[in-house]
Amino acid sequence: MDVKETRYKLTLCDGTACIHNHSKAVQQALETELDKHGLKDSVSIHLSGCLGMCTKGPILIVNPGYIMYGRVQVEDVPEIVESHLVNNKAVTRLIITEDHLYNRFFRIFGDVDFFGKQMRIALRNCGIIDPENIDNYLSLRGYEALAKALETMTPGQVIEEVKKSGLRGRGGAGFPTGLKWEFTANQDSDEKYVICNADEGDPGAFMDRSAIEGDPHTVLEGMMIGGYAIGAGKGIIYIRAEYPLAIKRLEKAIASAREHGLLGENILGSDFAFDIEIRLGAGAFVCGEETALIHSIEGHRGMPRPRPPYPSVKGLFGKPTLINNVETWANIPVILLDGADWFNTVGTETSKGTKVFAVAGRVQNTGLVEVPMGTTLREIIYDICGGIPNGKRFKAVQTGGPSGGCLPEHYLDTEIDYESLAKAGSIMGSGGMIVIDEDSCMVSLARFFLEFTQDESCGKCTPCREGTKRMYEILTRITEGQGQPGDIEKLQRLGEMIKHSSLCGLGQSAPNPVLSTIENFREEYEEHIQDKKCRAGQCTALLSYTINDKCVGCGACKRVCPVNAIEGVRKEKHRILQEVCIRCGQCYEVCKFDAITKA
Amino acid sequence: MTELAQDKMTTLREFMAEVSNKDYAESYLIAVLHKTQELFGYVPRQVMDEASEALQIPTAHIWGVATFYHYFNLEPIGRHTISVCMGTACYVKGATQVLDVLKKELGVEVGKTTEDRLFTLQEARCLGACGIAPVIMIDDKIYGELDAKKTVEIINQYRKAAAESRKV
Amino acid sequence: MSQMITITINGKDYRVEPNQTVMQAADTLGFKIPRLCYHPKLSIEGACRVCIVEVEGQRNFVASCAFPVSDGMKIKTNTHALRRARRDIVELIIDNHPMDCHTCERDGNCELQRLAASMGIRARHFAGERKRYEEDLSSEAVIRNPEKCILCGRCVRMCSEIQQVHNLTQAHRGFQTVVMPAYDLPMAESVCTACGQCINVCPTAAFVEKNYTQELFEQLNDPERVKVVQFAPSVRAAIGEAFGLPIGQNMEGQLIAALRKLGFDYVFDTQFGADLTIMEEANEFLERLQNKGTLPMITSCSSAWMKCLEQFYPDLIDNVSTCKSPMSMQGAMIKTYFADKMGIDPTKICSAAAMCCTAKKYEAERPELMFDGMRGVDVVVTTREIAWMIKSAGIDFVNIQPEKADHPLGLSSGAGAIFGATGGVMEAAIRTAYELYTGQTLVDIEVEGVRGLKGIKEGSLTMDGQEIRVAVAHGLGNACKLLEVVRQDPQRYHFIEIMGCPGGCVGGGGQPYAAINTIPLDDKALKKRAQALYDLDRGKTIRRSHDNPDVQKLYKEFLQHPLSSVSHKYLHTHYKAKLPKGIIPKEAKKIEVTQ
Repeated sequence: MDVKETRYKLTLCDGTACIHNHSKAVQQALETELDKHGLKDSVSIHLSGCLGMCTKGPILIVNPGYIMYGRVQVEDVPEIVESHLVNNKAVTRLIITEDHLYNRFFRIFGDVDFFGKQMRIALRNCGIIDPENIDNYLSLRGYEALAKALETMTPGQVIEEVKKSGLRGRGGAGFPTGLKWEFTANQDSDEKYVICNADEGDPGAFMDRSAIEGDPHTVLEGMMIGGYAIGAGKGIIYIRAEYPLAIKRLEKAIASAREHGLLGENILGSDFAFDIEIRLGAGAFVCGEETALIHSIEGHRGMPRPRPPYPSVKGLFGKPTLINNVETWANIPVILLDGADWFNTVGTETSKGTKVFAVAGRVQNTGLVEVPMGTTLREIIYDICGGIPNGKRFKAVQTGGPSGGCLPEHYLDTEIDYESLAKAGSIMGSGGMIVIDEDSCMVSLARFFLEFTQDESCGKCTPCREGTKRMYEILTRITEGQGQPGDIEKLQRLGEMIKHSSLCGLGQSAPNPVLSTIENFREEYEEHIQDKKCRAGQCTALLSYTINDKCVGCGACKRVCPVNAIEGVRKEKHRILQEVCIRCGQCYEVCKFDAITKA
Repeated sequence: MTELAQDKMTTLREFMAEVSNKDYAESYLIAVLHKTQELFGYVPRQVMDEASEALQIPTAHIWGVATFYHYFNLEPIGRHTISVCMGTACYVKGATQVLDVLKKELGVEVGKTTEDRLFTLQEARCLGACGIAPVIMIDDKIYGELDAKKTVEIINQYRKAAAESRKV
Repeated sequence: MSQMITITINGKDYRVEPNQTVMQAADTLGFKIPRLCYHPKLSIEGACRVCIVEVEGQRNFVASCAFPVSDGMKIKTNTHALRRARRDIVELIIDNHPMDCHTCERDGNCELQRLAASMGIRARHFAGERKRYEEDLSSEAVIRNPEKCILCGRCVRMCSEIQQVHNLTQAHRGFQTVVMPAYDLPMAESVCTACGQCINVCPTAAFVEKNYTQELFEQLNDPERVKVVQFAPSVRAAIGEAFGLPIGQNMEGQLIAALRKLGFDYVFDTQFGADLTIMEEANEFLERLQNKGTLPMITSCSSAWMKCLEQFYPDLIDNVSTCKSPMSMQGAMIKTYFADKMGIDPTKICSAAAMCCTAKKYEAERPELMFDGMRGVDVVVTTREIAWMIKSAGIDFVNIQPEKADHPLGLSSGAGAIFGATGGVMEAAIRTAYELYTGQTLVDIEVEGVRGLKGIKEGSLTMDGQEIRVAVAHGLGNACKLLEVVRQDPQRYHFIEIMGCPGGCVGGGGQPYAAINTIPLDDKALKKRAQALYDLDRGKTIRRSHDNPDVQKLYKEFLQHPLSSVSHKYLHTHYKAKLPKGIIPKEAKKIEVTQ
């Protein structure tokens, strides 16, 4: 191939103001320096029109990464070339300081609606950098936060900064991250561990996968900083085996980090030693629970154990262990670089920063969304994700996956944070968000989640093992038209008991989808039980197909019926034998005359 | 029981020897099971017996672990594994119908392998491809936006490829 | 002493020790919080959730078995919400349990039954699908019935933590969870040592012994048969519990009388077999000591330990005494010496044994122990089974007039009696070996150092200037630690006693189920049973095996002398390595022996 491979693209503002500020000399100096370092072929220089930031000229932009340097003088050029272009380390002092890390993403994608209302901290590099190229990450101030911590901060100061940021665990419960770090740091032990929980298992959630696939180094950097802060020498990433690409990228990132001396002994010339190992999950949702996850890493059945003791006291191999999830770790470098004081300006009173949601279900744009805490559900669903397709009506939004609840329309203006969602009867969870329209049956939805949790129950504690199974059975019979009076009360009674008596978070939250749908959509349950009707038409056992007067007697339905439930003479109105019909809906699909009524 | 391929066994033994020298060697049990499945497509009992000796873990413990995690197959599986995503998005968009078509087309229930040992049918939790729901994954490859017809077409592609590779 | 703290239970303040769980604190204060998966000897599982309580400031109920007390903690144990949650939890267990109490082996002895009764469950609100599994009847000793299992995990923890056999695991997960051996193997093909401790701790009938009572009743009604029975030392120390008597009452005389009433023609005492074992074993030990045989010599009385040896420690087979167990020695003597003396065709004898043990059922079947094409013991029943037979036959056990065992295999020394407690075999062997070796009388025959429930006990004595170092372990988990020492330092000991069950035979897998408000294998209960045997020893004039006149007569008339060729033919055997191979995790072998 004769296409020149350019590693970096430099864009120098060629506007009048910049030229006045000696941008031409800077350009010349750049060319000389590039030549000196033999970079002429791998770095290209482009001139741009006025960027409009004349007071800060000359402006030099380095891509990939959209690093914007301001007031660049000839004397700065050798340093920029040496540090940024050769050693992939941006020159911090020259970066235009208002340019927060998170902003870069929007420099590139900000003109698209989907991205316009977002704010990217955890996912700041996703889609911008080549995740398999550490240089790309380095060029975006990668590992600078680590360097800052190692060179200028004591572990205590790092913890203080994280505490001050107000960051809370993004895995679900929202425990203050800094406090967790402090507890673990306070333990007296020569062996400690840092764990990244990447066992994302909520159906419909794929934040962690995307974050790792898009920017694995951020997670590594966050873990290293955590390791430094609490005094751990080893980090473990526990990731689902179902994510082969994410695993591959992590492996590559770890190897590159080792090559660059970012993992191993004497990291960045300090006496900090740290290494990271990947351990694979094997298809057990409960392993997202921290004590189950620890058991799994230890090579056991992934069953939770009662807490206390908490992992910060007695964790992996019985040693103090700090566990955070992918998104939490990804926030750490930004907090250190942009500062806790900036970070805690984002978000609400109790919940700082942003949250990533995986929006799925009945919306125009499904995908990952990172928004400041305090954004409303309506903004996410309608402004960012484009609302409900096909002119259907919004019915509910389910947050928090199988542990969360279903919120009806009147909660749409809820400003999302840990407290408000809990108050509304759902949870933040790890960030699954499923939008439901009028075509979905809430009882079926609750049943779907219960099927999931009872299948994923580890089987250790009675309420979860036996109770979710019974709830699932009751929900099944309701959707099959066998519901009995009192079933709703049984579901509530079991649900409350399971919630309050189960051993771990899985069981304690498993009834939420049922309890919240009963709370908000009780009438749908009642219709199923009393009237044997499913208004969404989703519960096939409750459907009936009939042939109306539009029938011309073409016979298409009769031919397609698998059970010969349709009788009629050609060119005369046909009839469906209800006692034979299995409600497969095939007649409904083939009828060209709208002659079959589904009710 | 069929004899296990010797070269694969050698690879596995080397892996077990390597991890058995590490700190907390027992904690690598799940890694060994992953390696086993990667090599053989399932976790044969003979391997669990060997792992028991190599890592000094009682077989009951290994059995408990192998049966706990749904990722591990304890029986030989077909050449291709079809995982039908039953995640929420796929469910909402008709995963059940896709599953039904597959059951009918392959003539097997979930968790079973077709008689010709070409396919094993499995249900999967969310595969993280909700944007193109409903999806199935055949081995490592994801197929999205499926309906009954498309699903059958995909199966037939694999059948054709298998038939051709037999000819060669 | 640590600083006492104040906790509030149900509105009242109490001063309690810190560093304990809510359940422990409540126990000392007279609040017996309902419980199921908890067992004081096992690790905390926190699984059944029956012991939940309310703790102020906690969002949810907490498991009192696992939750530590702290100063100022406010606990409620009996609120309406708690009572209802507990009731529902127990109902959920019952909903997935066969409702066949009337035909169940544990009817009347079932913890789940008692729990359900105390919860006042009068209706079932949530019943649905119930799990269905086949019973595993493969083993001679232990039957596994997963359908009755309520997944408390006590058997799994017992098998792995206390016994270190690791035969049982929970397999699969969620509603499909089943307790089983590796690969779902039948118990008979597993590494199960048949110790029966899973039965002891099982709250229901998910594990029970294979029942031979019907077979034995049939034999007792067969006029062609000569019905002979022997009973182990520990049976007399525990059987009273099955009749509601206090723990630790020696019921030897009543048991003999009851066995006669059941229809046995001859009632012998396995303590005689124990004396015989000591004669052979002490001589074997001295022989090894003098002729540089393999040392340390390890006792071979415990049948669970023998199966454990073959699967887990085949490298130590040469260390183990070639002596059969007292039961098998006694069985051999019944079918040879006794039969011959009485002019009975040995094949007409029904040789039964009432044992505190389940593994003895397995032992009785062993081909290695056969002689002249015969088994020494034809039917083994446990303490529980024999107690049931006595009840079933309508015998008033408690008020029956005590009787004495028959000659020539019924007279025993005090040394034979203490076999039933951990350290007893060692103590009995020392009494005889010392005197045989030195030719002097051992004045202080009560060897305190080997008594008691410490996991591993060590001691030494001097015989004619020769120091003999001994060690005793009870429970296979303690044994594995001790045997690890032996593997690493074979010179450390000369003589070792190993018993498969916690506490020795008094804690055997066939002993009566724990009564209401007692805990299976409770240390206090084990001590009381052992004390009954020590008291029995103290009350005897003959306290050394070699002083037993019937034993002396047996040698004179039949065996000639210990280790003779006749002895070897009937009283000794050899064991071989057996599959599947047992693996003990490294962690369990960590040595914690203190001097």
